Amino acid sequence: MKKTGAQIIADCLKKEGVEAIFNYPGGVVLPLFDELHSASFRQILVRHEQAAVHAADGYARSTGKVGVALATSGPGATNTITGIVTAYMDSIPIVVLTGQVSTLSIGNDAFQEADIIGITRPCTKHNYLVKDVKDLGRVMKEAFYVARNGRPGPVLVDLPKDVLLGSTDFKYPDKVDIRGYRPTYEGHPGQIERAIKLILKSKKPVLYTGGGIISSSASKELTLFAERLGIPVTTTLMGLGGFPGNHPLSLGMLGMHGTYRANMAVTETDLLIAIGARFDDRVTGKTNAFCSDAKIIHIDIDPTSISKSVKVDLPIVGDCKRVLTKMLSLLEEEDTLSFKTGLEKWHHQIEKWNSFHNVKYEQKDVIKPQFVVEKICELTKGDAIITTEVGQNQMWTAQYFQFVKPRTLLTSGGLGTMGYGFPAALGAQVAFPNKLVIDIAGDGSFQMNSQELATVVQYQLPVKVAILNNGNLGMIRQWQEFFYGKRYASSSLEGINPDFVKLAEAYGAVGMRATKPEEVVPTLKKAFSTPRPVIIDFVVDREENVYPMVPAGEALNQMRLI
Amino acid sequence: MRHVISLLVENEFGVLARVSGLFSGRGFNIESLCVGETLDPTVSTMTIVTRGDDQIIEQVIKQLNKVISVIKVVDLSDKDFVEREMVLVKVSATAETREEILRVVDIFRGKVIDVGAKTYTIEVTGDEKKINAILALLKPLGIKELVRTGRVAMVRGSKASTEPT
Repeated sequence: MKKTGAQIIADCLKKEGVEAIFNYPGGVVLPLFDELHSASFRQILVRHEQAAVHAADGYARSTGKVGVALATSGPGATNTITGIVTAYMDSIPIVVLTGQVSTLSIGNDAFQEADIIGITRPCTKHNYLVKDVKDLGRVMKEAFYVARNGRPGPVLVDLPKDVLLGSTDFKYPDKVDIRGYRPTYEGHPGQIERAIKLILKSKKPVLYTGGGIISSSASKELTLFAERLGIPVTTTLMGLGGFPGNHPLSLGMLGMHGTYRANMAVTETDLLIAIGARFDDRVTGKTNAFCSDAKIIHIDIDPTSISKSVKVDLPIVGDCKRVLTKMLSLLEEEDTLSFKTGLEKWHHQIEKWNSFHNVKYEQKDVIKPQFVVEKICELTKGDAIITTEVGQNQMWTAQYFQFVKPRTLLTSGGLGTMGYGFPAALGAQVAFPNKLVIDIAGDGSFQMNSQELATVVQYQLPVKVAILNNGNLGMIRQWQEFFYGKRYASSSLEGINPDFVKLAEAYGAVGMRATKPEEVVPTLKKAFSTPRPVIIDFVVDREENVYPMVPAGEALNQMRLI
Repeated sequence: MRHVISLLVENEFGVLARVSGLFSGRGFNIESLCVGETLDPTVSTMTIVTRGDDQIIEQVIKQLNKVISVIKVVDLSDKDFVEREMVLVKVSATAETREEILRVVDIFRGKVIDVGAKTYTIEVTGDEKKINAILALLKPLGIKELVRTGRVAMVRGSKASTEPT
């Protein structure tokens, strides 16, 4: 049956099980919008294309499905870049569709033309310029396949107007065969056996787990594995929720703002078992001091992550869930009791570190930002989807909200994108209309995508935004206090921030404010029971800092604790 | 250390940019790069000569494998292989140097493929050592222009290293 390019895309999206797309129209993609007008899935009109991609990303992180964003050519396409790089750095499966000028005009500097394929080549997992409508079905199938399989990531499909209007006989392919793309899922059996041997010989092992646990849905297997051997677990920012934060074996997050015990444990360990983590510089600190006396086992689906910044002794390329499952089955034949009792001294040491220092703050007469986060955690009992912006708000969320389930924290880890949290919350709320979705924001970050207030009001998405308003770009201020002689260049927003309550109201959302500690809980309760989008302005301590802190480039045991 | 890497890639637009962008984006150096179609018109071979320590080369190869349009990557430096490069050299030819140039070209089994009033254009094929040797001899005689194809390489013996798996 003959179909137009636009019809083919609508069909493909349906076949891929897409339930919602986040879009913004423009000249060359009008044929596609015209077709999607009658499509059965939800379409959310955002107010800026960057937000469309973050929303698709939030949808993907919260559900595990592929998120879809659609923008027009030229400025529409270039506006998606920050969203695409955010997803790329955190390995999030999304498909971004962009319009393009007609194939005959490409390269002629036509109106709203941008070489988006060239621009996104280094920041997508793969991208496609469709030059012939006959290729469209195959490309769409491949795009979804590449985005979700192996190490997930963003894929961009560029759609010239004449391809959308052209027609061809169409049958959606049932299978994908890309000869250049065959990810390794099963770990090498010999390597897995060697890893088990190495683990059983260790005296001070630590599991260091990242976002790979979440993207491969390996939380259960990780928990079983840690419990089977009694090995403590530290997670990266991306890995929070992948291992229950309230588990007795949890060390909390490691790295620049990690817990004292986690950072000390990875400094002193004799065997680091890295699973689905990539030794990011915010995690390792000074790389040659990182685990310098330890052997390192690294399990990851992406071979390029292995021995990239830190040399690994025993690599296993494969899917975290499958490798952990294999390891668990091998352990069934092992007697692990003596190994477990051998770790008692190690656990005792960790307990000592824990009682020496744990994350803490003192709530006096001004609202402490940590207090707000802690109360959000208490009131929701952890049963909420939390997004963050980037900076202090993000780190306090990581430290004071106890994440117990995967896919409950959506945060821009790798790129560190301010303005991510609000549109990501919007995307997660579309996926889970009945869940409580809260963006823990800063007054600076929130303003980077506050235009999306219009979107949440239009679609009645009851997202809650808790602004920890310290009238500063807080993390910048903290670095300036510590490392730039307290010269606060361009970091103060005092007196020039908008009135966030009025801002919310101007868009038709609900605005609330709390200025005293005793107002925090009642305000949160009121906000959570309001079935509309709510912006809460928490006026917090202006100069609170995030501790512990490892200065950039220093070894992990060089923490500033106060 | 110098490495010769042979790639099989999809023969489609943008693949060269994906491969070269990978090198430039990570600060890896390309010494020479040569692309051409294989017997299968949907597949091209790329031969890349690059330098780096073991860790860099390991990353280069892993990153190349990660590119979806790349079908196969082989580091020929681990194997016994042959390599060739062709150069075209335009050399000043005066009454005193003509004989000498022809003798050098003959010894290196090159060819004079164009003769001008004051120049010879020479074609020579060989591995890196041979090319460097003839260029060293011609240089004092006055090289006016030099164009190199970049290296192509293949494993020795009857096995084809670049067969798609």
